[in-house]
Amino acid sequence: MRRFALIAIPYLWLVLLFLAPFLIVLKISLSDAALAIPPYAPTLKDGIGTLIAELDFENFVFLTQDDLYWKAYLSSLRIALISTLLTLLVGYPIAYGMAKAPDEWRATLMMVVILPFWTSFLIRVYAWMGILSNEGLLNQLLIWLGLIGEPLTILNTNTAVYIGIVYTYLPFMILPIYAALDRLDASLDEAAQDLGCTRTQAFWLVTIPLSKNGIVAGCFLVFIPALGEFVIPSLLGGSGTLMIGKVLWEEFFNNRDWPVASAVAIILLLILVIPIVLFQRNQQKQQEAEQ
Amino acid sequence: MKRMSWFNVTSLTLGFAFLYLPMLVLIFYSFNASKLVTVWAGFSVRWYGELLQNEAFLDAAWVTLKVAVISSSIATVLGTMAAYVLVRGGRFMGRTLFSGMIYAPLVMPEVITGLSLLLLFIGIGLDRGVLTIVLAHTTFSMCYVSVVVSSRLVSFDRSLEEAALDLGSTPWEAFRLVTLPIIAPAVISGWLLAFTLSLDDLVIASFTAGPAATTLPIKIFSAVRLGVSPEINALSTIMILIVTIGVVTASLVTKQGVIRAQKEAQAAERAPV
Repeated sequence: MRRFALIAIPYLWLVLLFLAPFLIVLKISLSDAALAIPPYAPTLKDGIGTLIAELDFENFVFLTQDDLYWKAYLSSLRIALISTLLTLLVGYPIAYGMAKAPDEWRATLMMVVILPFWTSFLIRVYAWMGILSNEGLLNQLLIWLGLIGEPLTILNTNTAVYIGIVYTYLPFMILPIYAALDRLDASLDEAAQDLGCTRTQAFWLVTIPLSKNGIVAGCFLVFIPALGEFVIPSLLGGSGTLMIGKVLWEEFFNNRDWPVASAVAIILLLILVIPIVLFQRNQQKQQEAEQ
Repeated sequence: MKRMSWFNVTSLTLGFAFLYLPMLVLIFYSFNASKLVTVWAGFSVRWYGELLQNEAFLDAAWVTLKVAVISSSIATVLGTMAAYVLVRGGRFMGRTLFSGMIYAPLVMPEVITGLSLLLLFIGIGLDRGVLTIVLAHTTFSMCYVSVVVSSRLVSFDRSLEEAALDLGSTPWEAFRLVTLPIIAPAVISGWLLAFTLSLDDLVIASFTAGPAATTLPIKIFSAVRLGVSPEINALSTIMILIVTIGVVTASLVTKQGVIRAQKEAQAAERAPV
């Protein structure tokens, strides 16, 4: 009896508040927009028969016909991909430096990397608004150095979005790479150098391939949330920054078109399924390798 | 001691500068006397004073705190139960679905979680307010708690529980007296994680909050959309300070715990058998 309750309580909670809402989104994505409250038809009040008969893929067809959505999906993929690679470029040297640091520094370095993760995401994005704006600190610095005459427009462009994503997701990249590098046997690197590799060659031929699992895990941990990101493009991006999370938000709150917003959500999920499955496989392979 | 190469020192210095400079700049300008955030006009705590008189912010902060405490506490109980079921529960009907529902919210984009919960609340006619935000936050943070707790449950020696059962404990006693003390650190970190996730959440709260209840991130977001403001800098500084104190204290406490455990282990080794 107790065992039953133990299973049933969290189970029911998730069915009611995760699975059911998800099925509602699926259902509404197949409905039509209507001038009613709630603003879609058919509803359960129309009876199960009409409800099923009237569901169709109209919204999905609409999404394929309107350029906006294609562009938004493609541009989300591009922004997420580019910023993941940039995060890797910034994060790998930091993780490498941490792994090579003296043992007694490790705990402190670890805390220093994790601390920003506990600070509010919104605040960390906001911090860049003051730095990147036309009168912001970065432009003041560059003008003072004499590198530029006119302030650069960075805020409200895709560049600002890249900076924002790299900045906020950096700990997610550093930690798995650090974990992989930390486990690495330093004597392998020495062996490569003894056998005639230069330090650079040893790095590319030994260290990088052996930290591959960390790199892959870090990239997925950045790519997956970046794809559906809303806060960064809406605060740092401009009107030209198309990201699907932002489109969904506007479709729902500004246009009040619930069926289209739901259809956008379903397609976003379908796109996410591929990287998520790949990520899971990578994690499983890693676990099996460890055993 | 190992010597570090100049390359590693440089990359660590630049990396940490990149991580921390933006926040230091934010803190610095919160003490600016000028309304214009980018022009330095002397030191002042004026914005902190104005912040403390801004009732809308104080109300929102109170709602946020209330939601975070309630939702993280419920999430910790539910998440621990879920972890226990997944790791120790054995086979039961719908186990695959259950573990799927635990892991899916972790990768679900926030906009979708928010949208789906809002549609549910509207569908069943629940008025949006503190209750709906609590329900939403509990649902996604219980999954994080469950992942943290189950990683601890997997790694500990099951024979300890079995010994307690052999010696006559009921399953509940074995859980309370043996399992819970061992997994306690994970349960506490789970609660802390749930608490911060709830404090931090903007997107899901925006969907599930109604006019009756606004959380601090929603308030900050709508203010920030109009541009940088010194009051928000002051508020951010306070929040950064609280988090820093919390994290540093927690890490010092854990460090001391580790040192004490090491000393005890050494003492036990030295003790005559």
